[in-house]
Amino acid sequence: MSNEKVNAKNITEDEYFYGHKACAGCGGSVAVRLVLKVLGKRTFSVLPAGCMSAVGFIYPQMAFSTNAMIAPFPATGAMISGVAAGAKALGIKDFHAVGIAGDGGTADIGFQALSGAIDRGDNIIYICYDNEAYMNTGIQKSGLTPYGTKTTTSPAGENLPGSIRQKKNMFEIVAAHDIDYAATCSIGYPNDFLNKLKKAKEIKGTSYIHVYASCPTGWGSPTNTSIDLAKKAVDCGLWYLAEYENGEFKLNKNPKRFISVKDYLLSQGRFKHLKEEDINVIIKNRDKKWEKIRKNWL
Amino acid sequence: MEKPKLVEYKRPKHINDYPTGPTTEGGKLVEKNAGWRTYKPVVDKEKCVNCLRCYLVCPDGVIFKSEGKVDIDYDFCKGCGICEYECKLDAIKMIKEDK
Repeated sequence: MSNEKVNAKNITEDEYFYGHKACAGCGGSVAVRLVLKVLGKRTFSVLPAGCMSAVGFIYPQMAFSTNAMIAPFPATGAMISGVAAGAKALGIKDFHAVGIAGDGGTADIGFQALSGAIDRGDNIIYICYDNEAYMNTGIQKSGLTPYGTKTTTSPAGENLPGSIRQKKNMFEIVAAHDIDYAATCSIGYPNDFLNKLKKAKEIKGTSYIHVYASCPTGWGSPTNTSIDLAKKAVDCGLWYLAEYENGEFKLNKNPKRFISVKDYLLSQGRFKHLKEEDINVIIKNRDKKWEKIRKNWL
Repeated sequence: MEKPKLVEYKRPKHINDYPTGPTTEGGKLVEKNAGWRTYKPVVDKEKCVNCLRCYLVCPDGVIFKSEGKVDIDYDFCKGCGICEYECKLDAIKMIKEDK
């Protein structure tokens, strides 16, 4: 494994996801673009139903210049395993099999296939770009939608603050499979993301990367703040950058002081309705989570 | 630099011109995204120090390296303004498109 860090200067100038029809300021497309830039031309990408397959494959406009295909919604994990097995049977050695699914396609609908793929231990990479709801179908609540989010299936009103459930601990659920490599990233920290991708690329075995990617359309935020919001989510402690490798958790970024959660939340339309008491619930849960993280992952 | 290319799309005239099955060649673009834009980013090459932050975080990958600075492919820029927002040196400005 080479120790050289990937950065903007030494990464390939080729673009493998270009001319797609994602909304302006789409965080998911930053994630897909960087994934393919790190993995390179010889990548088989599998995308289930979701924004990235909807915006990338619009015949005759084909935004992917790597080999890419659309999987049935629940089948991403199974299909990457199949691609890897197929390539092996054909004697192809120099390739990467990657699945790129959204949060619903990973934590809810595609969950059993992902679990099965990790169990088989194939040499594959699974990317979950997490924008915290089913954005492609019109912003419905998913298993990764956090507390207090207004979506079309968890409307905010007098009695409820929007979604009343916490985000699933997807990273820890995946790590509990004793996977070879798992990591959480954010598009707000692109260099950290690139180097975790590089690690996933070089590790022989199953890798899972959970990348926090903003969605201006679903979050009700200005298009130009997408990257900034994904960064602020980490800085205010509602998201974390960590890795799981060789059976150990490792926290990559331990902020000394969190920035204001309230500012982060209220800058987005999906949280505009939150009252002081709801924000306090979110802060309380964050502190509880971080207490555990700092105790066990440092 | 290799990236999907803009080509002219000819509508199929005969059934034989259609692709066999739901597969087709990748990296083929038939339409520009430039029409989505109200504001366009303009790089001030005097101020740009080539930190490449904008290049890394552009959702559309339209910012490319050119002669030690960055340049923009206006055919596919959607004008989201992330580059202007992220540029710490104010070297990118969003300017209203002329009609």
